[in-house]
Amino acid sequence: MTSPTDKEIIDFVIHEARLLDQHRFEEWLALYTDDAYYWMPLEWGQTDPKLVGSLMYEDKLLLQIRVERLKGNRTFSQKPKSRCHHVLQTPQIDSRDDAKNEYVTWTPMHYVETRHDDQQLYAAWATHTLTVVGGVLKIKLKRVDLVNCEAAFGNIQLFM
Amino acid sequence: MARYRDNVEAVRNLVRPAEVHRDVYIDDEVFQLEMEHLFANTWVYIGHDSQVPNPGDYFGTTIGLQPVLMVRHTDQSVKVLFNRCPHKGTRITTETCGNTGKFFRCPYHAWSFKTDGSLLAIPLKKGYENTGLEQSHAGQGMTPVRHVHNYRGFVFAKINDFGQGFEEFFGESLSSFDNMIDRSPVGKLEVAGLPLRYMHNCNWKMLVENQTDTCHPMVAHESSAGTAVNVWKNAPPGTRKPMAVEIFAPFMSPYEFFENMGIRVWPNGHGHTGVHHSIHSDYSAIPGYFEKMVAAYGEERAKHILGENRHNTVYFPNLMIKGPIQLIRLFKPLAPNKTLVESYTFRLVDAPDVLLERTQMYNRLINAPTSVVGHDDLEMYERAQEGLHVDANQWVNVQRLYDPAEPVDVTAETNGTTEWQMRNQFHAWQKFMTMSM
Ligand code: FES
Ligand SMILES: [Fe+2]
Repeated sequence: MTSPTDKEIIDFVIHEARLLDQHRFEEWLALYTDDAYYWMPLEWGQTDPKLVGSLMYEDKLLLQIRVERLKGNRTFSQKPKSRCHHVLQTPQIDSRDDAKNEYVTWTPMHYVETRHDDQQLYAAWATHTLTVVGGVLKIKLKRVDLVNCEAAFGNIQLFM
Repeated sequence: MARYRDNVEAVRNLVRPAEVHRDVYIDDEVFQLEMEHLFANTWVYIGHDSQVPNPGDYFGTTIGLQPVLMVRHTDQSVKVLFNRCPHKGTRITTETCGNTGKFFRCPYHAWSFKTDGSLLAIPLKKGYENTGLEQSHAGQGMTPVRHVHNYRGFVFAKINDFGQGFEEFFGESLSSFDNMIDRSPVGKLEVAGLPLRYMHNCNWKMLVENQTDTCHPMVAHESSAGTAVNVWKNAPPGTRKPMAVEIFAPFMSPYEFFENMGIRVWPNGHGHTGVHHSIHSDYSAIPGYFEKMVAAYGEERAKHILGENRHNTVYFPNLMIKGPIQLIRLFKPLAPNKTLVESYTFRLVDAPDVLLERTQMYNRLINAPTSVVGHDDLEMYERAQEGLHVDANQWVNVQRLYDPAEPVDVTAETNGTTEWQMRNQFHAWQKFMTMSM
């Protein structure tokens, strides 16, 4: 794959959500480059992930810790385990820069997380910054902007 | 039937020297009495004055369940007003913070008030002539919270005339604020952006107690901090230890580490962990920071300020601060089984940005609704909130390292795994609950 087609990019974003819904977390993590970040801002239109608070700003090490933790026998907040469900609009390709090897998509979505008898609904926009490494698409940055980013939430335990 | 209202004895009996009755956590009437007495008789944290830098700036929060506004008045002083129109009760501001200009204007009938709350104007004022409005409560304008104190930028308020003055209430415990503020080379803090807001289905006091519970990290946080340490073990040798691992790893320290760190109790329910060292002691030095501190304070004082590594300081009833990383957590009661936790971060004015970067990282790794460490703790509180409904045992035990001769309302230092600070809080709870009954 020298430069991905629009369809390949869209399929990739949809596939990422499916891996999460099916708890295929290791395959999911493999979609990220080694220097990738997963960012969930706390403020509307936030531009600085470091000096301003964020809900999440995780490098691959932190993401890996989360994935390992979900498997742990003493991870009490996951007894019983949470489940999640994504409903995506068709990802829109905001920019494709073959020379720079960078593709940016915009995906409005609803995300549901459940545990015990509780079911929480979140609405968000996912922005994926993708790149091709060794012939396959990878995520450099996934940014998830919640519509109500500064609201008071209970536990959000999985990945949007 | 009321069991606790107008029954001082019954309220007092909820707290024994080393046990607390479950009604303190689950009973609606006790919760209501906490709002009326405990939160009115104590100095409650409102906000930091950097949130209202200019005249007319306001910031909305609560004392117990009552909405209040912190506002910068035209004379630069900070006022705290009940957020209620004196006319029909309408909440004056719709946004949490903003600037109101020279006066507040009620959106319902346009009564307006100066930023100290006093009545400025009423449309068609003639209609109130000879009605005695001046003598009515409404005619006085927005009611100010009577007692307000600004301590080096941190604003506290007390609703009742009962209880103690600010200095007497906090006493020596203010040293934890001093240390957090002195960590800025110019002795100044600024709130850095929005707080993380985390909704907990449990009683607010469970969170306060947990701040000095040093027997739980290595157990409850094995899943988060323990996993972090294990994942890090697989890093290629020679890799620089990431800031995140520096933050996680000390949570997994053995009991001995926490025993030796020490706990200090102060009168009126205040106290702190980390007398000798803490989970914040071994963070990497930030280039250029110590030099700035030496230039500002001289070497000896700079070393003294940075050598103090208090872990969690509890300001009774519902505030916790972490001086070494400049963040505070406020435990806002909403119902017996519902608490809003707000975690605010601060910038040390004139210090390197990396310090703030670490503060923000700590806050998101430990205190966010999306944080794994937070998930560990909340799971325990919610299980406790359910478990307390077991009738077979109606008492919560806080007996660890209890000595029947233990004095109350004193300053003392002791073993870091004691539950003395929790007992200290419940003694204060009992005192300030019944003071105005
Ligand atoms: S309720 Fe505020 S002016 Fe009438
Ligand atoms: Fe904890």
